[in-house]
Amino acid sequence: MILQTAAERRALLDRSKTVAMVGASSNHSRPSYFVFSFLRTRGKLDVAPINPTLSEIDGVRGYPTLAAYAAERGAPDIVDVFRKPDDAPQVAREAIAAGAKAIWFQYGVINDEAIRLADEAGLDVVVDRCLKVESARFDGGLALGGVNTGLLTAKRRIR
Amino acid sequence: MDERTFGFRTRALHAGTPPDGETGARALPLHLSTSFVFDSTEHAAELFALRTYGNIYTRIGNPTVAAFEEKLASLEGGLGAVATASGLSAQLIAILSLAQNGDHLVASANLYGGTITQFGVTLRRMGIETTFVPGSDLDAVRGALRDNTKAVFTETIGNPKGNVADLAALAEIAHGAGVPLIVDNTFATPYLCRPIEHGADIITHSATKFIGGHGTVLGGAIVESGTFPWAAGKHPLLATPSPGYHGLNFAETFGEYAFVQRARVEVLRDVGASISPMNAWLLVQGLETLGLRMPQHVANAHAVATFLRGREEVAWVSYADLPDSPDRALAARYLPLGSGAVFAFGLHGGRDAGRAFIESLELWSHLANVGDAKSLVIHPASTTHQQLSDDELLAAGVGPEMVRLSVGLEDVEDLIWDLERGLAAAKRSAEVRA
Repeated sequence: MILQTAAERRALLDRSKTVAMVGASSNHSRPSYFVFSFLRTRGKLDVAPINPTLSEIDGVRGYPTLAAYAAERGAPDIVDVFRKPDDAPQVAREAIAAGAKAIWFQYGVINDEAIRLADEAGLDVVVDRCLKVESARFDGGLALGGVNTGLLTAKRRIR
Repeated sequence: MDERTFGFRTRALHAGTPPDGETGARALPLHLSTSFVFDSTEHAAELFALRTYGNIYTRIGNPTVAAFEEKLASLEGGLGAVATASGLSAQLIAILSLAQNGDHLVASANLYGGTITQFGVTLRRMGIETTFVPGSDLDAVRGALRDNTKAVFTETIGNPKGNVADLAALAEIAHGAGVPLIVDNTFATPYLCRPIEHGADIITHSATKFIGGHGTVLGGAIVESGTFPWAAGKHPLLATPSPGYHGLNFAETFGEYAFVQRARVEVLRDVGASISPMNAWLLVQGLETLGLRMPQHVANAHAVATFLRGREEVAWVSYADLPDSPDRALAARYLPLGSGAVFAFGLHGGRDAGRAFIESLELWSHLANVGDAKSLVIHPASTTHQQLSDDELLAAGVGPEMVRLSVGLEDVEDLIWDLERGLAAAKRSAEVRA
């Protein structure tokens, strides 16, 4: 199912525990490193890099493929995709084979075939959104940046 | 949490200001603190590198300021906002976030005099050139665009004459050239018009005016839609590696947040025109009742404009809601709840009549501001627009006979009583001269 609303994205993040990040980079100016480092230091989601050229990032063990991750860690809750749009269908096939429950295509990773494959295989699909931004939207971090979170409540929530 | 779209007044009260997570305080806490402690050296490093969210230093961000920013972004229907020390600093930071030395802007000629000076003198000295065109002349706007144009700028309701911009047409022209439409929405406020709904990309505000509403504090804000394609090629400041952030490419890293992020962490950081948390706190109190105050401002303005229109001492009244206004159709489209409460009129008898009129008023305050709860009056040619050359005055439509009103929330019968006294004085002045 393609998740269109903030409520659906929030529910996905609330029920997820593990993230396999395809295309994670150790280059500090790359967007994937921003997201990786945010998730690692925040600690709510257990993130692991998937990159055949990296054995680890910041002490977190990496895996060369999604299959290698799944063989050792089991199916990931979310496969987070930092790859060229043209590579997305292959990543979607590997995510399906690894038993992933959801696939998250980052900013600009837009490929109709990849979306269709994952959707038809029963995965939850998020497209052209950032896992870091959406995580921060719901736990209060984003609000410190003057961003319109869309959250209205008269209930007290610990941020 | 469902996807309910809450109404304007609900968002004015609740957006950005949930109960405080730490204390349960229901009103917005005022965080008068310049700086915020880090959890660890790693946390500090992550914050400075923009890899995590949090508070560092109030020049860049502050929890009280962030609440004001989120509330205003919600009311404008934008992605996010950056608050600044004033409306002029909001404009400066908006422009410097997308343009640099060698670039060009196209702006309406019917703008606040301070904006014409900021663009025409200060920005020009920094190497950013502006072509001013009559805002209602869409062909002139189109013709002024160049290869190095980075944005088109207008005011929803022009200062001082109250003319109304054709926002959708200007947005289409700007987007056709690959550049955003920046709209100063100070006079309309998001209650009367939300320019993003008509295609605008960036909104600026002098929050000093109706948003604060009580003439107490200065403040400004930039709101951005989050939908402009910054990486499409015309704006390398947002889509190439920045030496100000060790090679960070804002569009690639922050996606839809590229503009609000760069405006805050690079331009606001380096310009330093930050709002005080105290001011942001007061502006939040103002926003809470914006949706109650604006209808009364508009009703009083309509009654005052109608009164002036029927007086023989008055040569003309430029208020877009009047039936014979040339801007009536634009006002009906973009300002269906009313054309604001700031407009101008001309007195027979020119400069002397204007002086006699203003000096004989008892309730209307003679000062250089608009959007106060109290009614205000000024003679632009000798005050707000006095730095403009004769040609610029003419281009801005500011004649020596013009008086600008900002209609407040008093009992309108009292406002009209006072205006009658002023008009009688203006008439006596004209008769003495004759």
